[in-house]
Amino acid sequence: MFVRGLKRKCFDGEEDIEGTLAGIKAIPSYNLQRQSLLDMSLVKLQLCHMLVEPNLCRSVLIANTVRQIQEEMTQDGTWQMINTQSTGQASLDRLVSTDILCRSSRDQAEGKHVPAYSTFNKDFESDQAQDSSETMSTAPSVQAPRNLQSNVWEMENPQENKGNFQKSLDQIFETLENKSPNSVEDLFSEVDNSYYDLDTMLTGMMSNTKMGHCDSLETFSSPTNTASNSNCKSDLNDLDHIVEILVES
Amino acid sequence: ADIISTVEFNYTGDLLATGDKGGRVVIFQREQETKSRPLSRGEYNVYSTFQSHEPEFDYLKSLEIEEKINKIRWLPQQNAAHFLLSTNDKTIKLWKISERDKRAEGYNLKDEDGRLREPFRVTELRVPTLKPMDLMVEASPRRTFANAHTYHINSISVNSDYATYLSADDLRINLWHLEVTNRSFNIVDIKPANMEELTEVITAAEFHPHHCNVFVYSSSKGTIRLCDMRSSALCDQHSKFFEEPEDPSSRSFFSEIISSISDVKFSHSGRYMMTRDYLSVKVWDLNMENRPVETYQVHEYLRSKLCSLYENDCIFDKFECCWNGSDSTIMTGSYNNFFRTFERESHRDVTLEASRESSKPRAVLKPRKVCTSGKRKKDEITVDSLDFNKKILHTAWHPTENIIAVAATNNLYLFQEKVN
Repeated sequence: MFVRGLKRKCFDGEEDIEGTLAGIKAIPSYNLQRQSLLDMSLVKLQLCHMLVEPNLCRSVLIANTVRQIQEEMTQDGTWQMINTQSTGQASLDRLVSTDILCRSSRDQAEGKHVPAYSTFNKDFESDQAQDSSETMSTAPSVQAPRNLQSNVWEMENPQENKGNFQKSLDQIFETLENKSPNSVEDLFSEVDNSYYDLDTMLTGMMSNTKMGHCDSLETFSSPTNTASNSNCKSDLNDLDHIVEILVES
Repeated sequence: ADIISTVEFNYTGDLLATGDKGGRVVIFQREQETKSRPLSRGEYNVYSTFQSHEPEFDYLKSLEIEEKINKIRWLPQQNAAHFLLSTNDKTIKLWKISERDKRAEGYNLKDEDGRLREPFRVTELRVPTLKPMDLMVEASPRRTFANAHTYHINSISVNSDYATYLSADDLRINLWHLEVTNRSFNIVDIKPANMEELTEVITAAEFHPHHCNVFVYSSSKGTIRLCDMRSSALCDQHSKFFEEPEDPSSRSFFSEIISSISDVKFSHSGRYMMTRDYLSVKVWDLNMENRPVETYQVHEYLRSKLCSLYENDCIFDKFECCWNGSDSTIMTGSYNNFFRTFERESHRDVTLEASRESSKPRAVLKPRKVCTSGKRKKDEITVDSLDFNKKILHTAWHPTENIIAVAATNNLYLFQEKVN
């Protein structure tokens, strides 16, 4: 069975800026969806990293998607917008003009200005890494998966997010190249076998994060669904542990 | 039965090979029409089964190498035996399938059961005679082409010179000679010096059906490169570059993923090639690089569901496509055990289902329809009730007749045009 449908749910009342500007209801929805897509992609990449045989094509496509989101978020100045919620007016026009996640713009009436994805600049990426390493707080990098666990809709410290997934991306490709047996064994000694099954993992994570859309992955997972839900908490703790190992190795 | 991972007719269509996730190859042979069983023509029965690949373990990388057969390609028949290439992620094997229907009797040096006779028992010389026996089909591995691919092999293609073939993985394409197993030539290498800069991989490759110097390869960014091996030894520089400009109005975060080409196939004529991306099939004229000449939407109703399909990984499914013998019709698979055929001239298309419930033997298949908007008509299926675990990734069309093979997970369906 497939998902129940992809209705865009309006996240009214979750943001304080609701009601301050006309049409602003669409914006938190887009931002949150984009953030959740980013989180989902990072989970997928990290799982790729942990599986025995990462599918290179899939990893590359997901990594490219993550880069696109990062680029757009930085172009939009979304980071600034989060920190200065009361003065969101300047960014309003730019946000409205970018594409909504899953909807084809044939459904929208607005004229689009297409962000320049094709001009993705590698220097830009290395600048990013420098910035984030300077500004990154000393909080451990397990902050990134903590986001996935329970606070999908809350905007955590964005600087950490940037630095973390930049590191993750680099690590993933390096490790795809040079798998060091020791770290892989470490990973597997700690990991529950259900990690090998991507569906089980995502089901566990998603049902915990209470996503408003794209839910009911349960319908896709194997009959071990109910079991994995109860293993959720221990799985998530394992994920912290694994990320620590990844970062340290 | 295991999940079928590849389906391929041989050059005459008399043999149909399937490979599965467990490394087995099953070959079906077409029954000859006989007077006693006039309806048997067109039926395919099992001809040979053998274990082509076994799971392996790469000790250096601590990785298991799957035995799943990714592709099978037949060689043209040159003598009584049949030859095919089968490949898993790392190793390609050449198999010989031969028939034995006679056996020799009356050997001088050994008994009927094969034991050596005592020399003093040999009192006379006789000439062994051939006696008929029950048909036995034997498959034996003749060559093993190994250790040439660091990444996972996604394609193999036999050249029209019938002496060489190519194998492609995510980042490299190698050229082999069928007789030589200890050496292959690298002809395409897109691996960046720094793996962190990797943004594009090779997804499929094929030799031109007539020009033995020409091949194409497709990428995860939706581009196809045509290369000429006469121009240089390393074909990193393409001769032609096929890419359709992006439609800015339908741009989304999933645009690149759905543009990734999962299969590329030359037409039998060699004038066109067909590519399959997630939502469509495109036919390209080899002389026009800037856009395809025909585009067919396979399941456009999925475009609004891309987020969910990304979440459950269905967006990464690699569908194949195929031409019919005359290049007039193309076929590809979809979800819910649906597959679609598109007639190029008349622009007629039909959706059919490969499932036990909907296909009784010898019954005509009923066209299916997916309801895309509002009110569902009778017999239509809504997008939400499609089963995304039932995907038809592999299909094949007989080279000369209208017989098609459709692999639905672990079942193989054969459909034939109804002849009155």
